[in-house]
Amino acid sequence: MASGKKVLVDPIFDNNPIALQVLGICSALAVTISMSNTLVMCAAVIFVTTLSNVAVSLVRNHVPTNIRIIVQMTIIASLVIVVDQVLQALVYDISKRLSVFVGLIITNCIVLGRAEAFAMQNPPGLSALDGLGNALGYSVILLLVAVLREPLGAGTLMGVEILKTVNNGGWFVPNGMMLLSPSAFFIIGLLIWALREWKPEQAEEPDFEIAPNLQYREAF
Amino acid sequence: MPAGPREGIKNILVVSVVVCLLCSIIVSFTAVSLKPAQDANKELDRKQNILRAAGLLPAGASTDSEGRGAAELFESFEVRAVDLDSGRFTDAVDPLVYDQQRAARITDSSRDLTPQEDIATLGRRENLGLAYFKLDSEGEIERLVIPVRGYGLWGTLYGFLAIDRDLRSAVGLSFYTHKETPGLGGEVDNEQWKASWAGIPLFDDVGDPTVRLVKTRSDDPSEIDALSGATLTTRGVENLIAFWTGDLGYGPMLERLRAGVTL
Repeated sequence: MASGKKVLVDPIFDNNPIALQVLGICSALAVTISMSNTLVMCAAVIFVTTLSNVAVSLVRNHVPTNIRIIVQMTIIASLVIVVDQVLQALVYDISKRLSVFVGLIITNCIVLGRAEAFAMQNPPGLSALDGLGNALGYSVILLLVAVLREPLGAGTLMGVEILKTVNNGGWFVPNGMMLLSPSAFFIIGLLIWALREWKPEQAEEPDFEIAPNLQYREAF
Repeated sequence: MPAGPREGIKNILVVSVVVCLLCSIIVSFTAVSLKPAQDANKELDRKQNILRAAGLLPAGASTDSEGRGAAELFESFEVRAVDLDSGRFTDAVDPLVYDQQRAARITDSSRDLTPQEDIATLGRRENLGLAYFKLDSEGEIERLVIPVRGYGLWGTLYGFLAIDRDLRSAVGLSFYTHKETPGLGGEVDNEQWKASWAGIPLFDDVGDPTVRLVKTRSDDPSEIDALSGATLTTRGVENLIAFWTGDLGYGPMLERLRAGVTL
């Protein structure tokens, strides 16, 4: 059985759910426009993934195989609703800005993926560490994306102006694309590249070799 | 997998019932116990939006320069329900609980708009609207805030327009929900642009809406800079102001107030 520390730390860089498994991209695109949204979203995902792993692990020996996915979804959905309700009560502003994306944690592949792949086979303590580790891996990437997107797109960080934009009488011309979802794709792509340069063992074998172009005229 | 006791129909039923029951208890407990806090937040949010449009609360802050919160600042406001067609005040609904947007979706409490009338692309318009009056110490109208909404590029913009004591010129405009493109149409939230609404005359001599959002401003005082790169959002804002200050919006009420009708 894997050691607790390995289960917790591995998903952060060595087996990152976003960068290596490329899961949970949807919310990574949607909520990373601003740092404060991202922090709340990360906290929500950490809460849901950890607790859903614990809950699924607790019932793992009683759940019939036929309905295990439905049971997992029920647990996850309930936790997400709880988080959504708490956010609406405590941080109404941010909950309004995150709008549907808190609810969409239900469909985040990382949460169900860890419940099915890990918590169904492991005891609650270890499952909690696994859920926490994967959620932290998710959070690390999201925070990196947000820390690039918010200043470049709006000139602010955590809502505080750090680059004075032209619209507010400064010098910085914000890159509007950074406020749109595609920019997160580019940033995540660059992050994956950087990560695989740092840890070359994560690079995948190419599926096929591109054949050299032998027909000279084809290039024109 | 071999069919053990775990896989039997009985166990499937037991497990599903127990899991559903536990989950629903947790969910309903949270929802019910947090409801008061959530409602308070929604109410506070609405008040803050009204105060921001009226220029009494800085954007992004929850208190004004003297440290007064929204609830306290809102005490100087009087909320009235208005029959939009006649412009008369009415007691038919309780203005503190009346939901104007919901009323617009119900056939009995709203009317259809013809395509010619419907410049702000609303579909239907409610019969009764709310108006928020800030009264000064003598009970005179100091400011008046009306809810406005209309279609921009991607969706409906919801906001508040504040009108000065002369009932002719704007004090401020502020949107609390919209789906416009960040950086382009989303600049309706830009503080500098919003500030350009202060003091703009909303009506011409005969009382028709006059505000135009233009690329290059002339000497005309009722012109405001358009948002660059956001033609459709700009047009939407122009139309929604024209609609809600016009005959189908709060125009009749403003006319009656100007003619000396008191609250």
